[in-house]
Amino acid sequence: MTPFADLLERLVFTPGRLAKLALLRDYFTHTPDPDRGYALAAIAGDLSFTAAKPAMIRQIATDRVDPTLFAWSYDYVGDLAETVALIWPGSREGQAPRLSEVVAILSETPKSDLPAVLAGWMDVCDASARLALLKLITGGLRVGASARLAKIALGEMAGVAADDIEEVWHGLAPPYGPLFDWLSGRAAKPDAAGAPVFRPTMLAHPLEEADAAALDWAGYRAEWKWDGIRVQLVATAQGRRLYTRTAEDISHGFPEILAAMDFHGVLDGELLVMRDGEVAPFGDLQQRLNRKSPGPKMLKDFPAGVRLYDILFDGDDDLRGLTFDDRRVRLEDWYARHQPPRMDLSALIPFAGQEDLAALRFGARAASIEGLMLKRGDSPYLAGRPKGPWWKWKRAPLTIDAVLMYAQRGHGRRSSIYSDYTFGLWRKDGMLVPVGKAYSGITDQELAFIDRWVRGHTIARFGPVREVEKSLVLEIAFDAAQTSNRHKSGVALRFPRISRIRTDKPAEEADKLDSLIARIPASGVAKGETLEEEG
Amino acid sequence: MTAPHPDTWLRVLPQGLYCEPGDFFIDPLRSVAHAVITHGHSDHARPGHGSVLATEATLAIMRVRMGEGRAGETQQALDYHTPLTHQGVDITLVPAGHVLGSAQIVLDWQGSRAVVSGDYKRQRDPTCAPFEPVTCDVFVTEATFGFPVFRHPDPAHEIAKLLKSLTIFPDRTHIVGAYSLGKAQRVIALLREAGWERPIFIHGALTALCALYEAHGVPLGPLLPATGASKDDLKGAIVIAPPAAAADRWSRRMNDPLIARASGWMRVRQRAKMAGVELPLVISDHADWDDLLRTVEETRAPEVWVTHGAEEALIHALSLRQIRGRALSLIGYEDEETSSEEEAEA
Ligand SMILES: [Zn+2]
Ligand SMILES: [Zn+2]
Repeated sequence: MTPFADLLERLVFTPGRLAKLALLRDYFTHTPDPDRGYALAAIAGDLSFTAAKPAMIRQIATDRVDPTLFAWSYDYVGDLAETVALIWPGSREGQAPRLSEVVAILSETPKSDLPAVLAGWMDVCDASARLALLKLITGGLRVGASARLAKIALGEMAGVAADDIEEVWHGLAPPYGPLFDWLSGRAAKPDAAGAPVFRPTMLAHPLEEADAAALDWAGYRAEWKWDGIRVQLVATAQGRRLYTRTAEDISHGFPEILAAMDFHGVLDGELLVMRDGEVAPFGDLQQRLNRKSPGPKMLKDFPAGVRLYDILFDGDDDLRGLTFDDRRVRLEDWYARHQPPRMDLSALIPFAGQEDLAALRFGARAASIEGLMLKRGDSPYLAGRPKGPWWKWKRAPLTIDAVLMYAQRGHGRRSSIYSDYTFGLWRKDGMLVPVGKAYSGITDQELAFIDRWVRGHTIARFGPVREVEKSLVLEIAFDAAQTSNRHKSGVALRFPRISRIRTDKPAEEADKLDSLIARIPASGVAKGETLEEEG
Repeated sequence: MTAPHPDTWLRVLPQGLYCEPGDFFIDPLRSVAHAVITHGHSDHARPGHGSVLATEATLAIMRVRMGEGRAGETQQALDYHTPLTHQGVDITLVPAGHVLGSAQIVLDWQGSRAVVSGDYKRQRDPTCAPFEPVTCDVFVTEATFGFPVFRHPDPAHEIAKLLKSLTIFPDRTHIVGAYSLGKAQRVIALLREAGWERPIFIHGALTALCALYEAHGVPLGPLLPATGASKDDLKGAIVIAPPAAAADRWSRRMNDPLIARASGWMRVRQRAKMAGVELPLVISDHADWDDLLRTVEETRAPEVWVTHGAEEALIHALSLRQIRGRALSLIGYEDEETSSEEEAEA
């Protein structure tokens, strides 16, 4: 339990991705089986207990501590499990249980015996291990690392690609003995034959001007880049799965898609909310993504569909070695044969040269279109992000001139710099209202300039946040604007980033909120936060 | 004749805790004619007093921190365990185990005894003399960590975390934010005990105090100034700096810095998160909850006055033990670990 607890503790406070990877590698390298397998399960969200309720852990604590002192302490700490972990009086000499021991005993302990078992463990654990234990058994464990990150760390440790781990992952269960046997060289790669496992996806690079100039346009095929999320549909005799491009299994959230997958194969496409073949704004899809299991109303109001653009397997036939053009023929043939409901084909856009596509890209203003995809006709389906075969050519962003309102210190490398900015636009009544937050887009020099500016123009402080004089104008680029009932302004921006510092512009000449609202497409309510960009 | 209760001769005035028959203040909050000082932290040792009585080490610390002229017009050094009679009051200094030179002030007057402990801790500390409990009628205590959630782990365990981190991140500069008087030297001494023999880099604010510790017989091993060291020198090195400097731009020129912080507050996640540190180390120079209660018990005092901190919880816990508790609510003391932000910015 202790090494696992120490790992969790460090992950909580470690913002950097590379640093998290180093911590995970160190843990997986030095922790024996099957403990590390259960730790991996905890990170992947495959290990959860709900045996203990909060009332129970409060009870075992107040059995030992004066209730008044407990109440004040809880008030001070603010988290029940943490309060119990810290307040637990003096520990007994002894060895903290191993994670695998905890898992084994929890699975066979009747509920009535749990308080005594738990208290016995708590006595021999240190505060970090007590906290990890309490979070684990109440189902409240939050790990500061994703399953994907853990797989990358495992891959680095064993010298295999994380994507190779993904290929076998969904055929395995905690504590993943065959996986660790393979990674330690004790056994061959586990055979996922027949299981509906994830296949590593092929990703695109953004097309910059220099790339565009050098491109052999005739060798490429073009498709619209739809503003949904990239998914992989896997159906075999053993089951059906819907995965994100990072191998997250989102099958449960989209039962109607699963129901439509009456085939045997692996397909690649864009998950969208579609009404009568019309693609709804991303915010509509976000509503669905926020729900683990949607109700009938949700299914009716936000109907999901998939726009297919590639085929990886037709039955057991692995097509990934074929060229894009050949796969496209197979995809069209497959589609004609199956005609699966809720799915259509991503159309190829005919074009004669770069000018044609540039015009199309410029003209595309529908919120559901992010730009164009360019795929080389003779390229096989390659895992990862090889440079050259696939490009994403996003349409030029929209911009607004907004006023900096608040600045917050960043994380990691930027923890001493004010690098997270809240900006606002003018409302009709002359009030400045925040419309979004941005923390990227500018150079280190520009960052240093804003940091200095913030320190010199602070008018109030709230913890890590500084409110500044409303006088610095920032040009903000964004991909789309949507109405939002979560923001005071009623507007949410998709992918906002700072494109320029407008020291030349007086704050009162910054944009009006109304002019932003005017750019919102007619339908769609954006409620949640935007997702990481797919593709 | 029964001895007078300490509350008849030890009073709380706006300037601080006042011993009436002796006509002096203990750790006064503003400048006074006569002051007895427990230790050199700036909330206890303030500038501009007339006469100052303290241990030799505390006086030396005061001179280094405030400059010769401001550390009292006249200074009188008093050794531990050497009573001094002043206007009928016996004053004895007894080690408090908090920082170098820190003392409890034991006051005896007409058969009545009060002990003003200042800040103290019970954990082992290689840089100062250990706390000694003194039996008394009234024990005056701090309660910085006066909640039962504060139980400081063995500092050697925390230092091991730091050294382990250096094996996982052998290239990153590990910057430990530690208060410049006491905590910094203790962390250095603990690192030496744990076998870290390489030079330790220190922020300029620590130079004089580290030299002072060395001069008082506390070996700290090889120390180098962090300012001016190259990125290469600092690769995989340990740097000790005041917390605010560690967290701010000062640290940015280091090699992919990893910010640690040594403080008792690091025990609570939310506090550690707010401090923005990557490696919290629970190392404190104040007594934790168990040690506050143990200490009160060892003094056998029937009555306890709490100067500052979380007095409510401590007084409640004392009442459960049939000990009378009283909150002095002295405004102006704060533990150096929360006030350090200001220190490093000044
Ligand atoms: Zn102090
Ligand atoms: Zn203090």
